[in-house]
Amino acid sequence: MSSQQENKGIVLKDVNLHYGDYHALRDINLNVAVGERVVVCGSSGSGKSTMIRSIIGLENHDSGHILIDGQELTADAKSQETIRRNVGMVFQQFNLFPHLTIAENCSLALKRVKKMAKGEAKDVVMKYLERVHIPEQAEKYPSQLSGGQQQRAAIARALCMQPKFLLFDEPTSALDPEMVNEVLDVMVEMAQDGMTMICVTHEMGFARQVADKMVFMNQGRIIESGDTVEFFENPKEERTRTFLNTILSH
Amino acid sequence: MDLTTMQDSILPLLSALPNTLMLTFVSVFIGFCLAIPFALGRLSKNKLIAQACYAYVYFFRSTPLLVQIFLIYYGSGQFVKALEAVGLWHFFREPWFCAILALSLNTAAYVCEIIRGGILSIPKGQWEAGQVLGLSRFDLFVQVIFPQAFRQALPAYGNEVIIMVKASSLASTITILEVTGVAEKLIAETFQPLEIFIVAGSIYLSLNFVLSQLFHLLEKRLNRYLPHGATRTN
Ligand SMILES: Nc1ncnc2c1ncn2[C@@H]1O[C@H](COP(=O)(O)OP(=O)(O)OP(=O)(O)O)[C@@H](O)[C@H]1O
Ligand SMILES: [Mg+2]
Repeated sequence: MSSQQENKGIVLKDVNLHYGDYHALRDINLNVAVGERVVVCGSSGSGKSTMIRSIIGLENHDSGHILIDGQELTADAKSQETIRRNVGMVFQQFNLFPHLTIAENCSLALKRVKKMAKGEAKDVVMKYLERVHIPEQAEKYPSQLSGGQQQRAAIARALCMQPKFLLFDEPTSALDPEMVNEVLDVMVEMAQDGMTMICVTHEMGFARQVADKMVFMNQGRIIESGDTVEFFENPKEERTRTFLNTILSH
Repeated sequence: MDLTTMQDSILPLLSALPNTLMLTFVSVFIGFCLAIPFALGRLSKNKLIAQACYAYVYFFRSTPLLVQIFLIYYGSGQFVKALEAVGLWHFFREPWFCAILALSLNTAAYVCEIIRGGILSIPKGQWEAGQVLGLSRFDLFVQVIFPQAFRQALPAYGNEVIIMVKASSLASTITILEVTGVAEKLIAETFQPLEIFIVAGSIYLSLNFVLSQLFHLLEKRLNRYLPHGATRTN
């Protein structure tokens, strides 16, 4: 990978983050190149959410550097605004706006942030709702959709802003088992379209299928990261092996 | 019970209804407009702003409305010179101005707390979803948080409006002839308080019946698609 490419991607350099006294991220180093798909896993409380949230400025790191597309992310509003123009995020709990229809959920930021005209925004919204296979739900409210449909709507809402990078924090963990696949299928399609993704998930089938790189976290550190096949076939760390054994035996 | 007195009092009392409505709704409107910045002030990270807003709320919730009305109406008489100097005396001389000012400031304190509660009830994820979409703080509040907070606060808010209808009767103490003021005047003429207060009371009762039905409809409409049944059950 050339350094040129690296600069265009997401770079975390010696990132540390504390919640009060609690050291939640310890010396995190991570490079995600444009077009790369990275899956992050690790036990509960290991700092996966914290790491992914710090990349979009929902948590502020207290030392180290986070660079996105060559731009440094700091705590100031201007920097966050720049970063969020390039990065989107999908949450475990969907976080759709319950008082707006699916189409309004998707078009809100297009109109308010991108200052897009109504008609144009509508076209963009329909394009991405079709991409996630729920164009017929456009006029419904979130509470009228199934969990899987809601998460796909949330994905469409993120896609509408045409981010260069998309972050997922356990996007299928809040779903009933029978709805997990419809969401994963959409994510696989996005990966095939070349979207750069960092995805926290314990769906190892999905990881094997799309990830270029696996990251394993434990107690605030990345203790193993590397090529997906290598990670699954030949994990170097004892903890990684234990984790994979537990999770794959389900 | 003297039915003729009751019948005779209906028209004069009803003709005072516009004054009651005016006092109530002008104050409710001004109070609402003031309450939003106060609620945001209460939630501000700036300690000074937060405490100043709390002091305001504390004062107006902890003293009787009647005392507030008297303080503004009679109290301003102590500062005629100062008020004249800034050109405000001819406002404070007016009972109507003083009544609306006191009612507005009073309801603003309560509505501030109602709205603050509504805002606090919105899950953190709603703020975060708006932030990652790049919405400005203003848009995030106006488009996402406030509409939901208001729906949450609606039952309590409806209650406050109804309380205001009744509170407007205190304006009669500073010579304003709204429903209660007219009732007192009629009693002084007829010496039949029971009959007249029954009619006056029925007017408040009917007005508040209409209002509570309207709020109930509004709640049902706005909360149609909200999860976790924000709608009142009664
Ligand atoms: N706002 C916060 N304040 C204090 N501590 C926090 C906060 N958020 C997270 N933590 C702590 O930081 C650690 C890492 O949390 P994080 O949510 O990143 O873990 P995770 O790997 O995403 O876990 P999970 O799989 O349960 O989602 C945990 O011990 C958690 O208790
Ligand atoms: Mg997490």
